[in-house]
Amino acid sequence: MGEVIVITSGKGGVGKTTTAANLGVGMALLNKKVVLIDADIGLRNLDVVMGLENRIVYDLVDVVEGRCRTRQALIRDKRYENLYLLPAAQTRDKNAVSPEQMRKLCEELKEEFDYVFVDCPAGIEQGFRNAIAGADKAIIVTTPEVSAVRDADRIIGLLEAAGLRGSRLLINRLRPEMVKRGDMLDIDDILEILAIDLIGVVPDDEKIIISTNRGEPVAAQENGSLSGRAYRNIVRRIMGEEVPFLNFYQNRSLLGRLKKLIGFGG
Amino acid sequence: MNLKALLKALMGKQDSKDVAKERLRLVLVHDRASVSPEFLDIIKEEIIRVISKYMEIDEGNTVIQMHRNEGTAVLEANLAVKAIRRTF
Ligand SMILES: Nc1ncnc2c1ncn2[C@@H]1O[C@H](COP(=O)(O)OP(=O)(O)O)[C@@H](O)[C@H]1O
Ligand SMILES: [Mg+2]
Repeated sequence: MGEVIVITSGKGGVGKTTTAANLGVGMALLNKKVVLIDADIGLRNLDVVMGLENRIVYDLVDVVEGRCRTRQALIRDKRYENLYLLPAAQTRDKNAVSPEQMRKLCEELKEEFDYVFVDCPAGIEQGFRNAIAGADKAIIVTTPEVSAVRDADRIIGLLEAAGLRGSRLLINRLRPEMVKRGDMLDIDDILEILAIDLIGVVPDDEKIIISTNRGEPVAAQENGSLSGRAYRNIVRRIMGEEVPFLNFYQNRSLLGRLKKLIGFGG
Repeated sequence: MNLKALLKALMGKQDSKDVAKERLRLVLVHDRASVSPEFLDIIKEEIIRVISKYMEIDEGNTVIQMHRNEGTAVLEANLAVKAIRRTF
């Protein structure tokens, strides 16, 4: 029996879809059987981030309304052994799916897949209710900004009220040089405020944008970018491994070490 | 305190992340205090369930609310006790 993990945030644009794509690829590379559900109905995105936009025939709403079998709607990513996408419907609205239908679908997919990741829409309305309905666990994505952390707090409360336990936080788009300058909330600040366990930290990285341009998530490259490594570590933590957190604050340059010595940027 | 922090303190300037942290703390106290009625109902039911092991509670006369008090959130529960169970 697999596990359903919803990737959620409250605030939009913080990296949910990017995270879903990378966790999917990372899991598939470790030979896990994975399916990604794009639950952002009306604003389909995960397909383009994955580079699978040209292969869509059926979508999530077709499945729940019985126009096709679940199998038929799953797009297999040919670059990996065991990675599938269930795309969102583009021309329908969030009310086209009910929480009960989502729960049933997740139950069905759990039978066959090791991991089911649900890419949640922004907000706390019906789309959010649907996305979390079949979930066993949640990953809450935030950036180190006041508005995003605030919304994450709201989501954590709603997840708890919905009976979902063991949610963990992913801090995305961290900029170590800004943290050093005292101009960005640090990991510890955010964890202290939200009082939640950390699943990982992904740095702000232009490679994410480049890889998204190409439709190839960063986690796909072995020994690739720092963000890719961060996502691969998160994948292993989800699987229950203890993986040390990456240190983004190393002062490798002589200048950096000198600065640290005299108290600048320590 | 390192040199940079000292300089900033002398100039009377706070790191923007400290400002952010303080603002977040305050806004969350407010957010968390205005929780939804459904959520409070869940809490209320659960409190009554626990207390009922020891006392007989008049559910109709029980009020649970959250409010703010000098920068912190307070959960206030007023439970009307009908009787205390003898087993304890
Ligand atoms: N770690 C990162 N570094 C740089 N850009 C990022 C990072 N994470 C996400 N982005 C960019 O931010 C934008 C929003 O990300 P997306 O995953 O679509 O957010 P959401 O699904 O939460 O709305 C995208 O353009 C994406 O490429
Ligand atoms: Mg998205």
